[in-house]
Amino acid sequence: MAAGVATWLPFARAAAVGWLPLAKKTMPKPPVDKKSRNDEILFVNVSGLRFQTWKNTLDRYPDTLLGSSEKEFFYNEDTQEYFFDRDPEMFRHILNFYRTGKLHYPRQECIQAFDEELAFYGIVPDIIGDCCMEEYRDRKKENQERLAEDTEAEMATDTPLPPHSTPRERLWRAFENPHTSTMALVFYYVTGFFIAVSVIANVVETVPCRPPKGSKKDLPCGEKYSLAFFCMDTACVLIFTFEYLMRLFAAPSRCKFMRSVMSVIDVVAIMPYYIGLVMPENEDVSGAFVTLRVFRVFRIFKFSRHSQGLRILGYTLKSCASELGFLLFSLTMAIIIFATVMFYAEKGTKGTNFTSIPASFWYTIVTMTTLGYGDMVPNTIAGKIFGSICSLSGVLVIALPVPVIVSNFSRIYHQNQRADKMRAQQKVRLARIRLAKKGTTNAFLQYKEEGGFQDRGSDSALCLKNRSSFEHQHHHLLHCLEKTTNHEFTDELTFSEMCMTESVGYRTSRSTSISSQQGVSTSCCPRRAKRRAIRLANSTVSVSRGSVQELDTLQVHKTSAGPQSRSSLNARTEDLKLNCDDRDFTAAIISIPTPPANTPDESLPPSPAIPGILRNSRCSSFTHETVKISSL
Amino acid sequence: MGAVVGTLTMQTRQRRPSRDKVDDDLELSMVCHRPEGLEQLESQTNFSKKELQVLYRGFKNECPSGVVNEDTFKQIYSQFFPHGDASTYAHYLFNAFDSSHNGSIKFEDFVTALSILLRGTTTEKLQWTFNLYDINRDGYINKEEMTDIVKAIYDMMGRFTYPALKTDTPKQHVDAFFQKMDKNRDGVVTLDEFILSCQEDENIMRSLQLFENVI
Repeated sequence: MAAGVATWLPFARAAAVGWLPLAKKTMPKPPVDKKSRNDEILFVNVSGLRFQTWKNTLDRYPDTLLGSSEKEFFYNEDTQEYFFDRDPEMFRHILNFYRTGKLHYPRQECIQAFDEELAFYGIVPDIIGDCCMEEYRDRKKENQERLAEDTEAEMATDTPLPPHSTPRERLWRAFENPHTSTMALVFYYVTGFFIAVSVIANVVETVPCRPPKGSKKDLPCGEKYSLAFFCMDTACVLIFTFEYLMRLFAAPSRCKFMRSVMSVIDVVAIMPYYIGLVMPENEDVSGAFVTLRVFRVFRIFKFSRHSQGLRILGYTLKSCASELGFLLFSLTMAIIIFATVMFYAEKGTKGTNFTSIPASFWYTIVTMTTLGYGDMVPNTIAGKIFGSICSLSGVLVIALPVPVIVSNFSRIYHQNQRADKMRAQQKVRLARIRLAKKGTTNAFLQYKEEGGFQDRGSDSALCLKNRSSFEHQHHHLLHCLEKTTNHEFTDELTFSEMCMTESVGYRTSRSTSISSQQGVSTSCCPRRAKRRAIRLANSTVSVSRGSVQELDTLQVHKTSAGPQSRSSLNARTEDLKLNCDDRDFTAAIISIPTPPANTPDESLPPSPAIPGILRNSRCSSFTHETVKISSL
Repeated sequence: MGAVVGTLTMQTRQRRPSRDKVDDDLELSMVCHRPEGLEQLESQTNFSKKELQVLYRGFKNECPSGVVNEDTFKQIYSQFFPHGDASTYAHYLFNAFDSSHNGSIKFEDFVTALSILLRGTTTEKLQWTFNLYDINRDGYINKEEMTDIVKAIYDMMGRFTYPALKTDTPKQHVDAFFQKMDKNRDGVVTLDEFILSCQEDENIMRSLQLFENVI
């Protein structure tokens, strides 16, 4: 609960006087506050800086160091103060948290130091107020990323080789970190050189060289010096194949390696050569073969192993994929719109280039990107008007927002990430708040289940879970409300279970019960009306078994002196009776045997036979509640 | 052209009043209330100086402006009853605390009511309770008022109770109450009937002493 709520508890308890004339039962005794009432000023010395605060202020958060008895470990008897050998600047913020209930993050402090202080004082960082939460999370994430990068870089280069590594492991390590050994470095540069040679050869072989003697036509160098180029290509491919096989052999996980991007690039780079070797020199398939040679350009991507920058670019494109996709989609929409318009505008013209809408796509793209090749030109006036609108909007759509889009991308991308995370965190936060709320409700229910209401002697007080005085008083308040209304708090699970058993009981009971109570089955659980019918058949047996058990517990309680602590859920049915005085209790027992006269077809054992309804009319003059144990 | 300019100026004119409203709201929230002196409060209530100090510190911490309005009051009270809906009962409580009926509780109202509830005589406590039940302050509690109060109390219990709340439980409760309190069977309960009937009931008398040591 919030800090301030504790200060209002006395007022809420005082207001409970308003329930008293209405109360059906007697109120429970209030808890006795054993601690001294007087509020005192505590002295807290943090590395020489003396703070003073009320004891009540610190008691607001009993699950932190300062609010619990843990601070007694730091108490200095001689100087009568609590001494902490910690940062006094940070302590100011911690103490303000107790005073105001909001934890603020000081922007000038190191995030790690702040986290350490919070951990020492037992404060969960989630309590940081909304005003400082974003800053805190950003700094924390930044710090974590920086640390992760550093450790990665460290691990990548400086870790010494494990002593007993197989040659395979050493080979893999040589491939991944060429700086580890000279052999690896040599290999690294050699492959780099051959990639460059291969790419340059691919480029040069298409350049037209001077024709050989006797021929007029210009020949591309690749055909003139075909043997030389073929030898160079073979050498490169041999080296690449050797490298790929070595990597495959050395990889710790071959399947994972084969699926990685770099290995795919390697395969694509060397495949065309082998396919070309295998394929015969046939005119028909040579066309396809030529296409394959295009894939040789992928060898340039092998450079990404050698260049960190290329890798980062690839990663950035991959991460911006969604934004780029959206940009492409909006551009496509504009292109389709204008292409359609231009097509229909130019449809009437004879011999027009705008033969179809897809053909108009080319015009639209060329116009919007302000290229303007001029191979397709509108002739009609409408076409020209729309063409000019297209080019103007192209300027606006592409040229103007490109810088804005680029910067927007990085801003929106980061914002989106933060928003999504915050949404997820908000959900988590709300769930945690709900859990805390449920925690307070559950705390009371748990307390009841542990039988905390009975007057225990001082010796048995230890078995109860330790509760703060605030909890004592709050539970007493809730207990008073229960007594006023003569109903008890339960949780959803037991409520629904109870509804099931009650409804089943009512359906099968033949007893001439009071007609008003028939209404219970409809008003109690209106949602479960359908399920009741289905469960009816299945649960009759279980109900009968349950009722016998309840009766057994009833018998047990009959012999005991006074109210007993509840140990099982079934015993809950007797609770209302248990809270009455003894004389009323016996009156209840006496009245059991009478209803069986109304249920002649009882199939259960005769000893105290299951009644239809148990009337508890003697408890107090107000009680007209009926207690139903069970019925069949 | 003129039409365009006209519409633009109209838009700017509309925007100004809303800005003034924001400033007004800011001014309202700055209103501060200070209670009368400590000695005066001590003489008016049954609290000692130290107790008043503790009370005021807590009050001022939560409401720096010195007054509690109904929404804050409902929020605070609802935090103690997470199971159900405490806002209706909080509304009636607020009216009972707000003796000057101006929509806000000052520290004096707060402390006066607490003094009656915790340190007052039984007659005073019963009188306060009667005022709480008498929603329209006409000096009589009729069945509708009582039903409202009882319904509000049952709302605080929430949905999941044992035994399950039936639709006529509040009504039965009210009937029982009137059975006991309404001596002359005229359908309303006056203050004297109320005090008399409560004094006859031992349970109520005993439980009135329960909350003495809350502060």
